[in-house]
Amino acid sequence: MSLSAGWYLGLAALVFAIGAVGLLVRRNVLIMFMCIELMLNAANLTFVTFARVLNDIGGQALVFFVLVVAAAEVVVGLGIVVTNFRRRSTTVSDDLHSLKG
Amino acid sequence: MPLLPLAGFVVLLFAGRRLGDPLAGWIATAAVAGSFVVACFVLGGVLSQPETHRVFVHNYFTWFQVGTLRVPVGILVDPLSITMCMFITGVSALIHLYSVGYMKGDPDYPKFFLYLNLFVFSMLLLVLANNLLLTFVGWEGVGVCSYWLVSYWFYRDSAASAGKKAFIYNRIGDAGFLLAMFLIFEKTHTLVYEGGPGGGIFGQLGHLGGGTATAAVLLLFVAATGKSAQIPLFNWLPDAMEGPTPVSALIHAATMVTAGVYLLCRMNHLLALSHAGTEVIAIIGGITAFVAATIACAQQDIKKVLAFSTVSQIGYMILAVGSGAYIAAVFLMVAHAFFKGLLFLGAGSVIHGLDDEQDLKRMGALRKTMKWTTVTFSVGWLAIAGIPPLAGFWSKGDVLDNVYAHYKLLWALGLFTAILTAYYMTRLEVLTFGGDPRWDKVGPHGEPAHHAPHESPWIMRLPLVVLAVLSFFAGLLDLPWIHHDSFAGWLAPVFGTSLFNDRLHTGSQWALALTDTAAAIIGLIIGYGLWKGTRVDKPELEPQFLQRVWYWDDFYDTVIGRPSQRLATFFAWVVDARIIDGAVNGAATLVRSTGSAARKLQTGYVRNYALGIALGLAALIVFLLSRTWWS
Repeated sequence: MSLSAGWYLGLAALVFAIGAVGLLVRRNVLIMFMCIELMLNAANLTFVTFARVLNDIGGQALVFFVLVVAAAEVVVGLGIVVTNFRRRSTTVSDDLHSLKG
Repeated sequence: MPLLPLAGFVVLLFAGRRLGDPLAGWIATAAVAGSFVVACFVLGGVLSQPETHRVFVHNYFTWFQVGTLRVPVGILVDPLSITMCMFITGVSALIHLYSVGYMKGDPDYPKFFLYLNLFVFSMLLLVLANNLLLTFVGWEGVGVCSYWLVSYWFYRDSAASAGKKAFIYNRIGDAGFLLAMFLIFEKTHTLVYEGGPGGGIFGQLGHLGGGTATAAVLLLFVAATGKSAQIPLFNWLPDAMEGPTPVSALIHAATMVTAGVYLLCRMNHLLALSHAGTEVIAIIGGITAFVAATIACAQQDIKKVLAFSTVSQIGYMILAVGSGAYIAAVFLMVAHAFFKGLLFLGAGSVIHGLDDEQDLKRMGALRKTMKWTTVTFSVGWLAIAGIPPLAGFWSKGDVLDNVYAHYKLLWALGLFTAILTAYYMTRLEVLTFGGDPRWDKVGPHGEPAHHAPHESPWIMRLPLVVLAVLSFFAGLLDLPWIHHDSFAGWLAPVFGTSLFNDRLHTGSQWALALTDTAAAIIGLIIGYGLWKGTRVDKPELEPQFLQRVWYWDDFYDTVIGRPSQRLATFFAWVVDARIIDGAVNGAATLVRSTGSAARKLQTGYVRNYALGIALGLAALIVFLLSRTWWS
């Protein structure tokens, strides 16, 4: 049994929306990171779906790049979060506004 | 010939300080004397040619070429330029020699001679150049050297400002020169005087209409008024007395002030085209001669008297030029170079002997202590007063004869000026050398009394003697009854057809000569009668009006100086401070307020940025979708 492409796209849209809303409403930096990951993976899902539908390997190839970049980004981001936590004992994003103009 | 003073200048420029006092002076003197010798040889060469072949043009190289304008560096040797060269180098050499003694002990001794040499070089360039632009180079060189020399003692405020004044007045004249050059080039497409393709300016004069010719003549005359100190630009010359006395002699007698007269003589073919132009020149010359002579009657400073006397004499020359009597003008110029050089150097000797005292009222009885100076100065006095048989009588008589033939009214003015000339020179002579000594008394403003004056060293007396002899005999150059074999015949080819040749007949010449002599003697008698006594403060004979130079400087100050100062103040405090600064500051304020408004966007909260991104994304999507639907 195979589901039609619409289901995959719908799921991807739902996951993306969850990620986006989560990013906007949550204050914890770690949670915000997870939300970003959700959005990235929703995008990946869309890529794979269209790769299947259009029979084009390019979409799947791009997913690998996205995964690699996401991994690197998480490493850097978590590094910043950990350093910041050691310094200020907080992971709440609103406490980090020293770059205010 | 001009290269020698230039070489002297270069040597002094690089090695002057090391040569020091007095070697630098001797080198400079040798350079100028050398060019005098060269000038003599050239004169001999020119004289050996037949009369019609006495013009030599030699182009060395092309200075630059722009379009149809080709400016060569070349010289023009003809009787006029060689005459100028003779007395420029001769008198300058004597003045150099004199300066060796006069400037002894000055801390900037080599610098002084450096300027002097450059000055003589510029003047020779001016005279020998074969085109207007090269003449202009010399013209400017003379101007800038006069600035340096007048403000030579620049640590005195008055000297510095006198230098500036001389320079600025000259610049006004230079503007006239430049405009005249543009105008002439526009019509004739050349700046060369004569010779070459098309015959130079003089060959192309047919292209000048009457109006253009008048305009060109008047513009050239503006240039001449600047350099030769005529009304309305004569004020700089008396102030130029702030320079060392040899400089005054050099500027007044031999070089700078004659440049304007020379220029007008050089352009005589052009002047001949414009009757209106020459009339203006004659009138201005006559008025200047008169005004300056009246002022000279009331000056207190020995050098100021001589300065205004120079202005007055140059006025005579200009008057002669305006009457078409170029030969008379050049004749007076040569004679004037001798006797005015003599008078200035004599005055310098007096000033030197009295420890830099220049006030006439604090001299007197110098005949007893300065015999050489007295005798030579007296020759100059009688020469300028026009007593026969000295040079001044012949040359001034020649001018007045020619003026009489053309403008009777100006002749009367000139004759009256001759009386004044004799009068103020007698006053000067009597106050300086005659009467009782006044230098041993305390001055009117509490200046201490002077020591007994001393005679100058031989190095200063020698030029005085030479110039006195020349002043005495220069009249021989052009005696009326041998007119055609001497000076006049020698110069006549240069002026050719532009010379007004209606000579007076012998009877009226005799009458005029007697009138001139009578005028001179009357002036002499009045001057002696009024000033021989012991009382020297005679304010009734020296009205403020004349002492203050007819309020001429005050007039310029009120009409030009003050309003422009007010205008400048207005621009400085209103236009600059409000409008220009306002615009600049306004731009800065605008940027700053925009910035401070924009900084509120940078909250520092990540959620705000994220919201911004999300909203932007949403807007983008809506935009793209709407485009898809509507298309």
